[in-house]
Amino acid sequence: MNIISANKLSLHYGDFQALRDIDLDVPAREITALIGPSGCGKSTFLRTLNRMNDLIPGVKITGEITYHGEDIYAPQVDVTALRKSIGMVFQKPNPFPMSIYDNISYGPKLHASLSKSELNDLVERSLHGAALWDEVKDRLKKSALSLSGGQQQRLCIARALSVSPDVLLMDEPTSALDPASTMKIEELMGQLKQDYTVIIVTHNMQQAARISDKTAFFLTGDLVESGQTDQIFTLPRDKRTEDYITGRFG
Amino acid sequence: MKSMSNTKDMTMKQWLHNKKRRSYSVILLIFIGLCVTVAVSLIGILIGFILYRGLGHISWEFLTTARSALRGTIGILPNILYTFYLIITTLLIVLPIGIGAAIYLNEYATNRRLVRIIEFTTETLAGIPSIIYGLVGFLLFAQGLGLRVSILAGALTLSILSLPTIVRTTQEALRTVPLSYREGAFALGATKWYMIRTIILPSSIDGIITGVILAIGRMVGESAALLFTAGTGYALVTNYFQALGTSGGTLSVALFVYATEHGNFNVSFAIASILVIIVLLLNFSVKLVKRKLRKVK
Repeated sequence: MNIISANKLSLHYGDFQALRDIDLDVPAREITALIGPSGCGKSTFLRTLNRMNDLIPGVKITGEITYHGEDIYAPQVDVTALRKSIGMVFQKPNPFPMSIYDNISYGPKLHASLSKSELNDLVERSLHGAALWDEVKDRLKKSALSLSGGQQQRLCIARALSVSPDVLLMDEPTSALDPASTMKIEELMGQLKQDYTVIIVTHNMQQAARISDKTAFFLTGDLVESGQTDQIFTLPRDKRTEDYITGRFG
Repeated sequence: MKSMSNTKDMTMKQWLHNKKRRSYSVILLIFIGLCVTVAVSLIGILIGFILYRGLGHISWEFLTTARSALRGTIGILPNILYTFYLIITTLLIVLPIGIGAAIYLNEYATNRRLVRIIEFTTETLAGIPSIIYGLVGFLLFAQGLGLRVSILAGALTLSILSLPTIVRTTQEALRTVPLSYREGAFALGATKWYMIRTIILPSSIDGIITGVILAIGRMVGESAALLFTAGTGYALVTNYFQALGTSGGTLSVALFVYATEHGNFNVSFAIASILVIIVLLLNFSVKLVKRKLRKVK
């Protein structure tokens, strides 16, 4: 079942067209990888899915993105609710300058008034969900900035999980991390897809091949090809996809 | 490039032991050292001289009584109170407006050209001599609004005077908050105002408070803008609301009045040393605020 669909989606930054007629279906509870060289529009596409591009002045979007069949750019859409359902993890870990506990409870407090014990449960569950609980359970009141880069990124994943989203958008979540931390996050993503739909932008083709079920290849604002990851990496239909995945450019 | 071509005519030892280049840097070092010494010793001499001339004339009576022409005693308690009232009133007016304006300019305004015009205007305002603010304040608040020469008229004038500083320092503090914090909050579904309240303001509060303290320092030292607006009154008024409507000279103004009207330089220097101490304390508190609040980050 497709949870998100883009139909003829185009995006302009002022005069510059960053995305051209993108059609892409994202299946639920799978990992979809968006690959392509720098500047190809894959991060821009990811950010249209939770309307983070709204923050940039001069952005114009045409076409349609549906989430559970609903157009997310319809005027009556509550962006707050959309972003609660479609969470996001960024390239550089961006914990807030507050304690580990406060980082995780930030989102839930936004959307509901919870009792102290409900919050405690939620913080623990979210940290478990991001495989971070055992490492931080004794120092929840410590500043989140005292964690290592890899831990900070898992904290950001836990923070995204804390508002019980349905989709997780990940914008090159491991590109700022060392190999050991990267492996932990990749393994974590394998677990996350049991409960969440994951869409990940990655520069690392091995990573896309290792973890994703579906892959979409972007090039200069076009979606060149999308399909099952096995097929994309073994039998690409488009010559440009083949050139890219065999390392001839990029 | 010229020096590079010299390497051909030199041995490596000559090249590496180049005396000329080294002596240049020694001369420069001596020159810079001299500049620093002059600057630091000037400040030191100035502060030292003021304290030396002034501290001896400060007594308990001087600090806790009002001036009495009948008894012939001099006290600056009213001036201390007026200074305090003026600062409080000014802050009450200028902080909401200034911080609000900075938040608007930095977080909400989308018309970049308008923002640039406003920023240019505030910077120009910051460079206008304060006596002009005094004149405008006198015409606008004391006469125009009928507030007469009073603490309130002075506070309104000081508010305009310090508004550019508050706006600018707050904007600078807000700009230090990384975009990634904002994105993180938005991605969780935070509204803009909630994000500002819970992320932006807490992580820029040290910069904002620093700006406010420095602005207080300027208010303490201000005299030209207050001479026509808050006046030179020295009657003891302990009720804050009553004081708002009376003419009252701050410490800086009193310093000026004692020196020019009475030729009493002992009192002027005593007040000057009090002002110097206040400003030094304010500057130390800036350091303290930075250190204490940074820890939270």
